[in-house]
Amino acid sequence: MSRFNLTRRGLIKTSAGAAAGLSLPTYLRAQDSGFTNAPTGDTVTLGFNVPQSGPYADEGADELRAFELAVEHLNGEGDGGMLQTFSSQALEGTGILGKRVEFVTGDTQTKSDAARASARSMIEKDGAIMVSGGSSSGVAVAVQALCQEAGIIFMAGLTHSNDTTGKDRKANGFRHFFNSYMSGAALAPILIDQYGADRKAYHLTADYNWGYTTEEAMVSSTEALGWETVNSVKTPLTQTDFSSYIAPVLNSGADVLVLNHYGGNMVNSLTNAVQFGLREAEANGKQFEIVVPLYSELMARGAGENIAGILGSQNWDWKLENQLGERYIGTNAFVQSFGEKYGFPPSQAAHTCYVQTLLYADAVARAGSFQPCAVVEALEGFEFDGLGNGPTLYRAEDHQCFKDVVVVRGKENPENEFDLVEIVEVTPTDQVTYEPDHPQFAGGSLGSCNNGA
Amino acid sequence: MLGLRKKDAGLLLLVTVLTVMAPVLLNPFPVDSAMAQFNAGYPDLMQRFVIFGIFAIGFNILFGLTGYLSFGHAAFLGVGSYATIWMMKLLTLNILPGIFMAIVFAALFAVMVGYISLRRSGIYFSILTLAFAQMSYALAYSVLTPITGGETGLQIKPTDTPLLANLEPGEIGRASLFGLEMSQSSIIRMGGWEFTLNVGYYVCAMAMILAFYMAIRIFRSPFGMMLRAVKSNQNRMYYTGLNARPYTLAAFVISGMYAGLAGGLMVAMDTQVGPERMFWTASGEVVLMTILGGAGTLIGPVLGAGMIKYMENIVSKINDQILHTWFAFLPDGLEDAVVAMIYPFVGKGWHLTLGLMFMAVVIFLPGGLLEGGDRIRNAFRRKRTGKEDTAKQRTPAE
Repeated sequence: MSRFNLTRRGLIKTSAGAAAGLSLPTYLRAQDSGFTNAPTGDTVTLGFNVPQSGPYADEGADELRAFELAVEHLNGEGDGGMLQTFSSQALEGTGILGKRVEFVTGDTQTKSDAARASARSMIEKDGAIMVSGGSSSGVAVAVQALCQEAGIIFMAGLTHSNDTTGKDRKANGFRHFFNSYMSGAALAPILIDQYGADRKAYHLTADYNWGYTTEEAMVSSTEALGWETVNSVKTPLTQTDFSSYIAPVLNSGADVLVLNHYGGNMVNSLTNAVQFGLREAEANGKQFEIVVPLYSELMARGAGENIAGILGSQNWDWKLENQLGERYIGTNAFVQSFGEKYGFPPSQAAHTCYVQTLLYADAVARAGSFQPCAVVEALEGFEFDGLGNGPTLYRAEDHQCFKDVVVVRGKENPENEFDLVEIVEVTPTDQVTYEPDHPQFAGGSLGSCNNGA
Repeated sequence: MLGLRKKDAGLLLLVTVLTVMAPVLLNPFPVDSAMAQFNAGYPDLMQRFVIFGIFAIGFNILFGLTGYLSFGHAAFLGVGSYATIWMMKLLTLNILPGIFMAIVFAALFAVMVGYISLRRSGIYFSILTLAFAQMSYALAYSVLTPITGGETGLQIKPTDTPLLANLEPGEIGRASLFGLEMSQSSIIRMGGWEFTLNVGYYVCAMAMILAFYMAIRIFRSPFGMMLRAVKSNQNRMYYTGLNARPYTLAAFVISGMYAGLAGGLMVAMDTQVGPERMFWTASGEVVLMTILGGAGTLIGPVLGAGMIKYMENIVSKINDQILHTWFAFLPDGLEDAVVAMIYPFVGKGWHLTLGLMFMAVVIFLPGGLLEGGDRIRNAFRRKRTGKEDTAKQRTPAE
């Protein structure tokens, strides 16, 4: 228990201090500069909020590696990575605006409460000026709203649900990763091309927001090109055995199964489907096919050889530049410096986090200020290249990046555990672009940017 | 004082002083020092300390007094949170009506769950409450998405226009208490120290002091005595002609209302709700808090809550780079070795540290942290007076 030794001098000092403090109500640390957490010394703090425990811990670890690499490059250490290929040359490897970049990390546990607590401690205690990272849309939406309220910038990590830049979009939040709609739009033409236009699809959908938006996107884009949707069934998120959901598929008259699942769900449902012999089955006189809209290397590793021949979409792949050439410049620079530091190629989660950090730093450098509204203005409508995805636009209306989407297929004979997928095709940007008020994204508004002061 | 015995009044006073002074006490290190990592005096964490303190105090009224181990208390927290956010979205940004509705809804839900679950005792009761909580979680996560927002939860949006608030179009409402915003803080700088006095924290602190006072009154009342009787031997109570059910149900509902209050405050401090708040691990957490601090004691659960939240928010943020800066004074090889030894226990390994600590407490201090405090105090007293007074030693609760 604490003991107070109250002296007269101490009392006067304390009350004078308290009176001075109370007479100046302020919001967080905004008072000095007009915006929250304005960096005052010769360093600037970024907050990297990633899942370090829970189902997406592997992705979180990879994101953290990418963040560390990005900070290194911003501070002029290492080989500079994508800074050499980035179309904007505002960054010189001297930190951001001459201030050395430091960072704090936190664990989101893939729970929105824990993620907000961790982000708030970064903002309130560590004085972070920007928060980035995350590996689920629930967390991204929650932290984005928090950053909007506190008046700092949020650079989303891996979040694929339409809502992040749809009904839950915020002026202080930005997403580089692609979304459900883009997956649907990118996959549909290639599915038609590969499997024909007269297919009947059966959807199994994880019973939560991301599942809904992905199903909606897949259904509307495939139906627009002639497919029919036989049935769509919601599966509980906690389901580990999907046999009872797979069994009715073969007799439903469908000849394609779309698994709107992610992470462990997808690994389990795909394994079940393959065990049920769906890959060898024939329906309506055609070979039965399985589609997984959102792919990731880590999931592919989990599903093992079951992934062979299954089509899906990705935001980015480390082999892009090698296989498709100059347009995807930056990819090799990043893969090389990541590989040199950690000994294996980066995942798409790592890529998007690395790029987001660079984009933020660059926006600050171009704006000449850390002030959130200035950064927002610098990012809105920003067109750039050389970050691995080809020419990209940060759209002003919803703060979503528009770029090519990679369609991939599980390799039949992978050479090693990092080379599980092969690139089938790349769907160009204009095919995956939509209006900001598209029905799948309706109901949101950016509001105005918040400086926090 | 206030109908309390002298000792209890002293305890209440102590808790009041500690909560009021928390922004200073929890920030013992200057901001620029390396030890600032361990400062816990920032608004978010202080708010969590007291909110989970309330949650644990309420849980302790059920578990500590009647011995009924509910494994689904997070459901009431969640119900309270959803009630508050809807009040704030629809009616007013003032937090009071929202918190009031949180308590009401949690109470109603607790009556329903309690009425059914309390027909069984022991492990069957625990499982029934767990089932209800998981059911609520599943409903909030998917089935009730139109009401609960599903996975992405609910927040206050620019499109929300509460009836009694006059917001500019596009302005995002902020939680307030008669115009005083919860997020407002004043910062006192003294030398290298920085103390943040936050409006929201003091609102929570006030609620916790009230909740604590109520708990003392319940503990010392004839009603509290009845609850203890349920714990020691329910059959004997029935044989003497007393019906225990109304007492246990009342205790269940009261502790549900405490959980609702905590849930409402959580939304008032940070205007968002997600369904994970109702997940069974959240229910388990409050059990851990209570046992860690000392079940059946007054202040124990609050200490336990503080301990767990401190670990979760402070220890989890120590990453290997911070460790390297701490041990930079050691020769290179030794530095790496020391860091490699400590690293599994901090950062993402905080669960491990917490688990070890929990095991140690349960094995060596069955009465929780509070028993540890008592033992230390007794050891000193013994040294001073030179004689052992074992008769006065507190018997550990469960």
